[in-house]
Amino acid sequence: MFVENIFFFFFSSLSIIFSFFVIISKNPVHSILSLILVFFNAASLLIILGAEFLAMLFIIVYVGAVAVLFLFVIMMLNVKVTKLTSSIYRYLPISFIFGSIFFFEFFMLFYLDLVSVNTNYLYLFENNFVNEWSTSVVPVSNIVALGQLLYTYFSYLFILSGIILLVSMLGAISLTLHRRNDVKKQFIYKQIERDFSSSIIWKH
Amino acid sequence: MVYYLILILNIVLKSLALIVPLLIGVAYLTLLERKVMASMHQRRGPNVVGFFGMLQAFADGLKLFVKETILPSSANTLIFILAPIITFLISLFVWAVIPFNDNSVFVDINVGVLFILAISSLGVYGIITSGWSSNSKWSFLGSLRSAAQMISYEVSIGIIILCVLLCSGSLNLSEIVESQRKVWYILPLFPLFIMFFISGLAETNRSPFDLPEAEAELVSGYSTEYSAMGFALFFLRRICKYDFDVNYSYYIFSWWLVIAYGIYPFYFCPGLFLVRFKDNCNPFLIYLGKSSFS
Repeated sequence: MFVENIFFFFFSSLSIIFSFFVIISKNPVHSILSLILVFFNAASLLIILGAEFLAMLFIIVYVGAVAVLFLFVIMMLNVKVTKLTSSIYRYLPISFIFGSIFFFEFFMLFYLDLVSVNTNYLYLFENNFVNEWSTSVVPVSNIVALGQLLYTYFSYLFILSGIILLVSMLGAISLTLHRRNDVKKQFIYKQIERDFSSSIIWKH
Repeated sequence: MVYYLILILNIVLKSLALIVPLLIGVAYLTLLERKVMASMHQRRGPNVVGFFGMLQAFADGLKLFVKETILPSSANTLIFILAPIITFLISLFVWAVIPFNDNSVFVDINVGVLFILAISSLGVYGIITSGWSSNSKWSFLGSLRSAAQMISYEVSIGIIILCVLLCSGSLNLSEIVESQRKVWYILPLFPLFIMFFISGLAETNRSPFDLPEAEAELVSGYSTEYSAMGFALFFLRRICKYDFDVNYSYYIFSWWLVIAYGIYPFYFCPGLFLVRFKDNCNPFLIYLGKSSFS
């Protein structure tokens, strides 16, 4: 328990420090790199909570995909190093409003109740799929618990979220795809169906 | 207090037992690569340092170690120094979840496959930042090419692994190996194995897919500005990663570890030794592929 506390304070303080660096660093590439470190520390906090599947997904999705996109865009755009002093006070009022809303939400969360992540909450659902003696004696792993819930109780929501992802993917493709008419194209079926009789035409 | 000290000492010794044979294996892998390549070119390859050039890799390492590290004056120094270190460390991290034998694995986590995916997706960062921080057009373009190729082939590797996961029903690598006692996955999933092999070649930028290091256009890609130890770390990372990919294909399609379980004399061999031995048999497979592609 003692070691877990030490690790918790280590990672949480590191994440706070690096999120400060995200804001105050002048070079946007540096702030992206510290954002990656913030993601990392959040993932390690998730590991301490015992949600290793979520932590790995966090790293794969946020660090492996989203932050790479950020980095690509920022490097390609060639953003100049910003003047820190002029712009920091301009955003102060709106950031104060957002920050106060955020802290209010956190306060409400802590004030009401904070339930820790626990994989044994499967007993709450009394069902043939879930309520087995083997799972109640041996703690099921994270992925098994998530899968049992996702594919039974939340299957509709699961399919719905898949459809939303599909729609957004199709939208992105249709936004970026534009056919041009001024380019000569190769039609393979036309080339294949040409033969001797159709290719030579005698005109008079 | 003593308990924690022993725990830390245990971890350090175990990781050394993992890393040192890995690096020696990588050294001989480079030697074997050069030898096989030389025989394809009909020359002799390294044969001066040591017996059959056995010490050539160590001599090269020593040479790179004592050379001067050049920092380009317009480079972003911190990131420039950190990038090769991070890439090399990440290529070592992934070995933590690889099982070497029955019950002998560094960490046995339930999400081993996801861990490998997550960590190997981090390798992109070292390459992008190295290209960006060295502030040179060649290295930047090379790093962009390399990163794009790595990201795109990670997707195909992930989807191939999904099929294996469906067959084994677990993300734990030891359990994946265990589930192949009845049939090796290379037999029912042979086309997938070929695809995995090709995507592995592409992800490590090896021969048919070595666009990112097109010497004629890009000098040598993202490692153009690096000298001495930084270059050595990038080089080690490449060999390590490629070694890992081949190894990983052995584990998830396992046609080696199960042999080691089944056949009598191999059963008593320490797993670490077997894995290293197998590694140095890999390049023949690779060069078979290489010569058939190019």
